Parts: sequence; structure tokens; C-alpha cells
Amino acid sequence: MASSNDKHIKQYVISVKVENRFGVLARVAGLFSARGYNIDSLAVSATEQDDVSIMTIVVRGDDRVIEQVKKQLNKLIDIIKVSDHTELPTVEREFVLLKVNALPSKRAEIYQLGEIFKADIADISHKTITLGVKGEPENIDTFIELMRPYGIKELMRTGRVSLLKE
Amino acid sequence: MKMKGAEILIESLKKENVECMFGYPGGVVIPIFHYLFNAPFKFILTRHEQGAVHAADGYARASGKVGVALATSGPGATNCVTGIATAHLDSVPLVVFTGQVKRSQIGNDAFQEVDITGITRPITKHNYLVQDIKDLARIIKEAFYIASTGRPGPVLIDVPVDVSNAEHKFSYPEAVHLRGYKPVYEGHSGQIKKACDLIASAKRPVIYAGGGVVISNASKELREFVRKTAIPVTTTLLGLGVFPETDPLSLEMLGMHGTYYANHAVNESDLLIAVGARFDDRVTGDISEFIPHAKVIHIDIDPASVSKTVPVDIPIVGDCKQVLAEMNQIVKQPKIEEWHAEIEKLKREHPLTYDMTDKGMIKPQYVVEEIYRQTKGDAIICTEVGQNQMWAAQFYKYTQPRSFISSGGLGTMGYGFPAAIGAQLARPDKRVIDIAGDGSIQMNIQELIVAVQHRLPVIVAILNNCFLGMVRQWQQLFYEKRYSHTCLNFAPDFVRLAESYGAVGIRIEKYEEVIPAIRKALEITDKPVILDFQVSREENVYPMIPGGKSFKEIIMRELA
Ligand SMILES: Cc1ncc(C[n+]2csc(CCOP(=O)(O)OP(=O)(O)O)c2C)c(N)n1
Repeated sequence: MASSNDKHIKQYVISVKVENRFGVLARVAGLFSARGYNIDSLAVSATEQDDVSIMTIVVRGDDRVIEQVKKQLNKLIDIIKVSDHTELPTVEREFVLLKVNALPSKRAEIYQLGEIFKADIADISHKTITLGVKGEPENIDTFIELMRPYGIKELMRTGRVSLLKE
Repeated sequence: MKMKGAEILIESLKKENVECMFGYPGGVVIPIFHYLFNAPFKFILTRHEQGAVHAADGYARASGKVGVALATSGPGATNCVTGIATAHLDSVPLVVFTGQVKRSQIGNDAFQEVDITGITRPITKHNYLVQDIKDLARIIKEAFYIASTGRPGPVLIDVPVDVSNAEHKFSYPEAVHLRGYKPVYEGHSGQIKKACDLIASAKRPVIYAGGGVVISNASKELREFVRKTAIPVTTTLLGLGVFPETDPLSLEMLGMHGTYYANHAVNESDLLIAVGARFDDRVTGDISEFIPHAKVIHIDIDPASVSKTVPVDIPIVGDCKQVLAEMNQIVKQPKIEEWHAEIEKLKREHPLTYDMTDKGMIKPQYVVEEIYRQTKGDAIICTEVGQNQMWAAQFYKYTQPRSFISSGGLGTMGYGFPAAIGAQLARPDKRVIDIAGDGSIQMNIQELIVAVQHRLPVIVAILNNCFLGMVRQWQQLFYEKRYSHTCLNFAPDFVRLAESYGAVGIRIEKYEEVIPAIRKALEITDKPVILDFQVSREENVYPMIPGGKSFKEIIMRELA
């Protein structure tokens, strides 16, 4: 047997269709924590069907770990379907709320950058601006990087949601 | 007609043809006990909820049916936890009911409230909190289905007392609708074909059969497979009996305390055919050195077991019985005469043995061998955990599935005796013997009165070494012989203990007393017997592959 030295850690996007019942989130979360899998983000979403929710889970690991994650998820009775979106054509969106230092002298720059990313100006105070940006996760990463030099006071990402393309 | 929830519960169990249930009452389950009073099936009042769950588990393993247990909320429910985890790790079908405080009190730290669905989430196949009486019958139907299909396991149903007392019309569903649960039974025929091709060209193949073969009742198909291919068979602890250990092609058990020849053959194999086994670390030892030359075919109903720790070349997800039956249609015998000769030589040169020259205290291995001879290999052997378990596995020769019942995955001391009670209830036609250690037996000794009450002739054979022997063995071998808190020289008098319960107790101190004592115990058919064998104190279990090590580091006998 060749032991797999392929410790290639990468990010996976797994979309899990679940029964919309109490306790399901705890089962999924418990599965990850009990086996020491680290979740990067988790978004629980209502769907077009009342009794179905979708959890979009972004998790890091090597192929073996992810195979196990998927199989273990599949074993949960309340899970209807597990799909790995990592290599498939998908549309993905994420939303970030970000409060950044913005003394009056810096505001114009921040507005300008915000405009490029179609940011919402959610709130303004004497010293800060709060912006909301939605988009592809990579764009959000870029936006956050651009905001960093101004001093990010608080930041919150929703975690991505992912739909397969037709 | 409307019924109370408690009555619906009992009616549902009748629909599931439950014949025997184990449990213990308490405040929030009194409504259920109220209807149990007239139930047409047996109810066994154990003396501890852990005993109830283990007994249900022993019943399930001996019979192949679903074991059923009932406990009250709070401490009753938490007392079930070890039993549930034991069943979970060994894939035993159980339905465990617990009472819960009334719905309006849940989350308030009410008297005897615990979040038992939360606690048991990682140790059940599935669990339920019944929130509405209209769901009760459906949930019970689903629970039995989930527990017993696919890879079986325990399912817990938590029933709030006000659900038990609420009223609803009873109608038991005909079928279950679980869109997230569709176990696959049939193996992929392309994979099966590939596997058979690989088998045909193998030079040094070994079959490694596990508990899954017992669970899927595939022993017959396995035997036919071996008849067709002449491939040697080793089994895991939980697989004991699926292939007769008296057969020349049997390598007996593999793993940490497996035979030299089983471990050697697996290590040297060019093809390992895993059937209903999960490459547990007690089997593989150091994964990186395990089966250096072998391709792997893995037949298992649980996709998550495949390639979990050991990469598999040909996975076949499906029920062992069906897959083997299909393989039997096309499989051909490989040319392996040389391999047979090599294995025969290994068996001759490295037999399973122990030091028989020492005529001082009775050797525990000898006791097990004698139990085998006196029962003609026809008993159901349950075990506790530790050295007793390993000697029971090594020195009794198992020829039938469901004749060896032991906590493999969790290694639960205190499992064997209540499991033996359950097994005896399931199989009144069989002699049931719990091979025990003096430590383990004290963990659920309270159940002795249950065996007395129900006139169950369970025999408890204590291999009494005055030690927590297996831990002492590790201390001897790996911790400078510092026997920290493993000596049990303060012990009860097991003979008088047996007598005080109304059972029979016999102490055996000399070799010549062994056979008469076993025979006497076997003559008793209406009450339990404790045989207290005073055995050699510091005997060790060999062979031994130290934990996390590879086959190369096998220890065969006492180092001087
Ligand atoms: C509930 C539980 N507690 C602790 C252990 C750890 N343990 C494994 S073997 C063993 C010693 C068992 O002693 P005994 O029952 O006397 O059997 P022996 O090994 O002497 O045959 C212990 C303490 C366990 N397996 N289960």
C-alpha cells in the first residue's frame, strides 16, 4: 500500500441539502468538531422548498480528509444530499460588513474604492464608515485588502453561498 | 380511537414484534410503565440502566433482532450512555427510549432534565426528541428501520412526559419515507468483476473478515467463497465465528493479540480482501507499515469505512451477503499452493500457545480451553474487557457466527455479564458463558439478581488474577513494572456473593478442580453460576503487537 504523502491542503466548498428540522445544524457542526475538521465558513440558507435548507460549508483539508467529511455528512439521516462544488462551475456570493477608520480627510478615497465594489454605505460616524459589499468571495478578499491600510475596526463576513450553474 | 402517547408507544412496539425489552422506571416514564404492565412481551427490570442497554445489546447480537431499552430522564438517561456508545462502535441495532421532562420545562434545568439527544448525538446512528404526539408512531417506525438497516446502530427516542400523556389516534405507518437515508445493499457489478479478476491472479491473498459478516448474516456466503477460492481467512475480534476456526484455512484472529500466522500472512499478502471490517487501529497497528505489498479489496456497507485509514484499490459498497453471493457466481480459485504451504508451515512453527510447564497456579488460557472442550464449542461466549477478553478470543475455537459477544470498539468493562443475560434470553436453547476478569465483573455485578429472578443459567467464569490484568500487563511491559493502582487484592468473596444473590458460587484453586467445576456449572439449568478461577496472577497475553507498532515488533512470549 502506498501511503499518501499528498498532504495537499486546499479549500473546498461543500453544499449540503438538509431537512429543515431543529438539531440538524448541531449534527453537522458536531460532526466537524468531533473529527477535528476546521470550518472556514458555514452559511445556512432557506431554499425554494420550505422543508429544505442548504448549508454551504467551506472547509480546508487534503483530499482524504474531505472525502471523509463528505461521507460522514452523507451518513447523517437528516442530510438529503451532499455536493462538492469545489471543482464545478458555480456562482458564488458572499457579503461583508466592514467598519473602517475614516477621518474626514480619508473619506473621499474610501468612497471611491467603495464605489468600484458597489459598496453600500451602511453607516457613517465622525471617525468611521461602515460599508457593505456583496460579491464573489475573491472580490471581497480584494476589497478587504484595500481597506486594511485605513484601519479596519470591525469586519464580518457571512460565509459564501454557492449555486451550480445550469 | 384515541390513545395516550404511552399506549401508542407500547402498541408500536407490538407492531415491531418486540419480544423482550429491558429497562428501569422513574418519574417521567411512569405513564409508559403503566401500559407496560399489560404488554404481551417480556419486560426485564435490570438493576441499572447501563445493564439494561448492554442486555438489549447482547440480545440483539445473539438474535440479530433489534434490542430495546427504556430509561427515565436525567440520571436514567445518562446511565444509558456507555451502553449506547458500546452499541454504536460495534454497529448493534438498538432502540433506546428515554423519558424527558414535559415540553414546557425543557431548557429550564428542570428536575432530572438532561439534554440526552445532545449528549448522545455523536454516539447514536440517529436520535429524536418527540415534540408532538402526532409524530410518535412515525418516529418509532423510523427508529426501528434506521437501527436495523444499512450499517446498524443505536437510535434514541426521547419522549417528554406530556407527550406520553397526550392523546392521539393510533395508526402505525406502513412504510418509512426518509429521503436522506437510502442504504445501498447491492454491490457495483463492475467492481465485483474487477475484484474477481484481481483474486484470480493473486499469489498470496488473505481474507480479513469482520463484524459486518456477522451483522449481514453472510457467514454461509463467506464459507462458500472460501470453498471456491481456498483463500485463507483471518477474522477480527467481532468477526470470530464467521468462519470455523477449526478449518485448516482459518488463521484465526489478527491484530494486536492475534495469532502470529494471521498477522504474518496479512503482512506478507499481495491481496487483502476485507469483508465487513473497518481497519481498526487494533488490527492495523502502525498504518504506514501495514500491508506493505498488498492490494486491497474492501466490501462494506458503509462508504465512510472505505479508504478511511487504509487506501483501497477496489471498493465495493454493499451488503456483505449480497456482494459475496454475487462474487460466488463468478470467482475462480487462484493458484496459491505455495502460499498454502507457507501458511501451514507458519502455523506449525508459531502456534498459539502458553507456558504449560508451570504447574503452580491455574493458567487462565487453560480454563478457556477447558470451557471450550466441556461445551464442545457450542456455547455463546460473552466477555468482559482486558486479558479475559483476549484469552476468550484466542483459546476458545469459534465455529458459528453470533457465538462470540464482546465489546470490541469501545472496550467496555462491565459489558459481558448483562450482555450474557440478554443473549440467554434471546437464545434459551444455548449455554451462555461470560468469561470475565475480577475487575470487570464488579462493574455490573448487580445484574446477578436479574439472572436469578428469571432463572437464567448464565455462567460467569471469572479469570481471577487479583489484578486489572491488562493494564498491569502494559505497566509491566511499558511502564517499568510500576503497578500503580491495578492490584485488586481487596476483593469480595465471589462464592458468598453468588450465594447471597441466590446463585451458585464455586471457587477453583487447583488444576484438578477445573473440569469438575465447569461440568457442575453446566449441569445447573435454572440459575446463574459464578466460577471463581484463581489463576496465575501475572500471566500476560501473547502474541502482542504493542499499540501503534508494526507486525515486525510482535512479542511472542515473556522476555526473561
Ligand atoms: C469501563 C472501563 N474502564 C476502564 C477500562 C480500561 N481497562 C481496560 S482492561 C482493564 C483491566 C481489566 O481488568 P479485569 O476485568 O480484572 O480483567 P483482566 O485484564 O485481569 O482479565 C482496564 C481497567 C475499560 N476498558 N473500561
